[in-house]
Amino acid sequence: MGHKSIDELVRAEEGLVSRSIFVDDEIFQQELQQVFSRAWLFVGHESLVPKPDDYFVSRMGTESVILTRDRQGQIQVMLNSCAHRGMKLCRYDHGNNRTFTCPYHGWSFSTDGKLVEKPGELVGVPGHATHYKGELDKKQWGLKTVAQVVNYKGAIWATWDADAPPFLDYLGNMRLYLDAALDNRDGSSGGSEVIGGVQKWRVKCNWKFAPENFIGDLYHDISHRSVDIVGIGPGGGKGRRDPSATRSAICFPELGHGLLGRLPFYEEGPYAPQYARYPEVEAYFRQVHEQRERTLGSAMRVQTSVGTIFPNMSFHGRQPRTLAVFHPISATEMEMWRMYLVDKDAPEAVKEAARHYFLRYSGPGGMTESDDMENWTGATEASMGAVSRELYFNYQMGVGHAQPVPEIPGCAVNGEYTEENARIYYRRWAQFMNGLSWDQLMAGSVRVEERAA
Amino acid sequence: MNATIDSAPIAQDSSVDDMQIWWQAQRFLHYEADLLDHREFDNWLALLDENITYRMPLTRNVRRDALAQEYSGKHDAAWFDEGIDTLRQRVAQIKTGIHWAEEPASRVSHLVTNIRVLDVVPDEDGGEQVHVRSRFLIYQNRLQAEVNLFVGKREDVLRRRDGRWTILSREIHLDQNVLLSKALTIFF
Repeated sequence: MGHKSIDELVRAEEGLVSRSIFVDDEIFQQELQQVFSRAWLFVGHESLVPKPDDYFVSRMGTESVILTRDRQGQIQVMLNSCAHRGMKLCRYDHGNNRTFTCPYHGWSFSTDGKLVEKPGELVGVPGHATHYKGELDKKQWGLKTVAQVVNYKGAIWATWDADAPPFLDYLGNMRLYLDAALDNRDGSSGGSEVIGGVQKWRVKCNWKFAPENFIGDLYHDISHRSVDIVGIGPGGGKGRRDPSATRSAICFPELGHGLLGRLPFYEEGPYAPQYARYPEVEAYFRQVHEQRERTLGSAMRVQTSVGTIFPNMSFHGRQPRTLAVFHPISATEMEMWRMYLVDKDAPEAVKEAARHYFLRYSGPGGMTESDDMENWTGATEASMGAVSRELYFNYQMGVGHAQPVPEIPGCAVNGEYTEENARIYYRRWAQFMNGLSWDQLMAGSVRVEERAA
Repeated sequence: MNATIDSAPIAQDSSVDDMQIWWQAQRFLHYEADLLDHREFDNWLALLDENITYRMPLTRNVRRDALAQEYSGKHDAAWFDEGIDTLRQRVAQIKTGIHWAEEPASRVSHLVTNIRVLDVVPDEDGGEQVHVRSRFLIYQNRLQAEVNLFVGKREDVLRRRDGRWTILSREIHLDQNVLLSKALTIFF
């Protein structure tokens, strides 16, 4: 990592971030340790494993993990590597298995609570009685499992660190803005599902460019002008999104999360038609709008356009409505995953209209996202040189103009255009990289109590 | 069309013997590839039926006994699932000159081969629907050193009417699980 300390690499208060954190191999190895083996990471959605024994192979950092629903209905997350000699146990993207048997020497592992005490425990070893003379302690040689796993409204999160705070503390009041994406459009809690199939693709950029982009970089919209000109909006109209109220850059400075969206509001106003070309879709959105007004009444509510949960998960909260995760591969390459969210109980026509819109917007074939990847790869490539990597990126827009959001403890607003959200993201990154304890990392954490659904 | 690459049987005698149809289908696909490689996108759009479906499903690693799930289904996520409107929008976006993933323009060569005519059925409008399977190898070169290779299988339903050929549906099966290029900004 050269000779600079983390505090020299990230001078968040001045709005300076060294380019080397986007290209340096040693810093990358340190990130895997300090960030990815400690933080809460998004590993998937429950709708990817609807039935007992269903599994989905995911990633945490650079490691392959198995996300599975055991026969008792619990979600488990285990390292996809045999405890014996390390072979990848599961070589499929998804499927349904009661046990995972290693192709190398045949060790098998189970999550079934009737067979084993701990998920991932070793159940079968060829030659256990004969070659091992019954002396191998199977209980000691189960799969490495995550220390904590949480199913939050269908989104599955896990951490390798037993000392990590509960997920809801880690999320803090960012929860309100994540809820706005995960909740049913009618205002009831949860109820989303992922449209079948996860897009996965390789991008030759540092993984941090993507969450930075989603945390609150509204002014990069200039690079999407070509799609704004063409117009791919959900109603078939102008622009590329549904109409939205003025967006603000909102962040949780103590936690590293942030978003573009609306400040708390208490009443939504009349429904604005936007799907004129699709009467059934229009009828549905009108109906859920009216239902939401009845469900929430005059309660506080928020709206998210795009947001990032530190370190590597981002989401779109309205239309398009998607989950994205940015898996590190190396200092200069990431694997990007996208999943597309709809209300589980929406009519097929609504799901189909949403699906077509999401696919023309996002993903490598998306007319919007294709230009994002161009920016991130170009910036990575142009920061690799011995000269360029010594320079700093400029994040100085709006330093010192954050205002607290009175209704949401721990939340700050920075107007529409600012680099504050990126500054708090990289400050959080530096705190993890400096190896701060969880007590230090969570010192400023606050959260509101969950609203009774 | 119900026939898909993963389910249709392959028999030695299953392709249509009519040499003239095979020759015309091949000539049409080669002409289409030439239009794309020479960036004549408006002329290419003119080859598409108003009701075209243009889909590239995701390719997944699944157990041999579950190969029916290798490609994502019709109502699942995909790399592309388009109709005529969005294909026209894509061309319009390229032409803005500020669609940076295609600016400066890619250098693209489509190699289209292994062309087989599987089926010819009469069309409601008095023409014929010609079911054609082919392979593609597409080379894309961008900027200084960016190279992407796309290899896979295509299944097309072409319409032949009054000597004119159009594309009614195209299903593209890319031989890649994790997409190894950062964006898909070319036509297949």
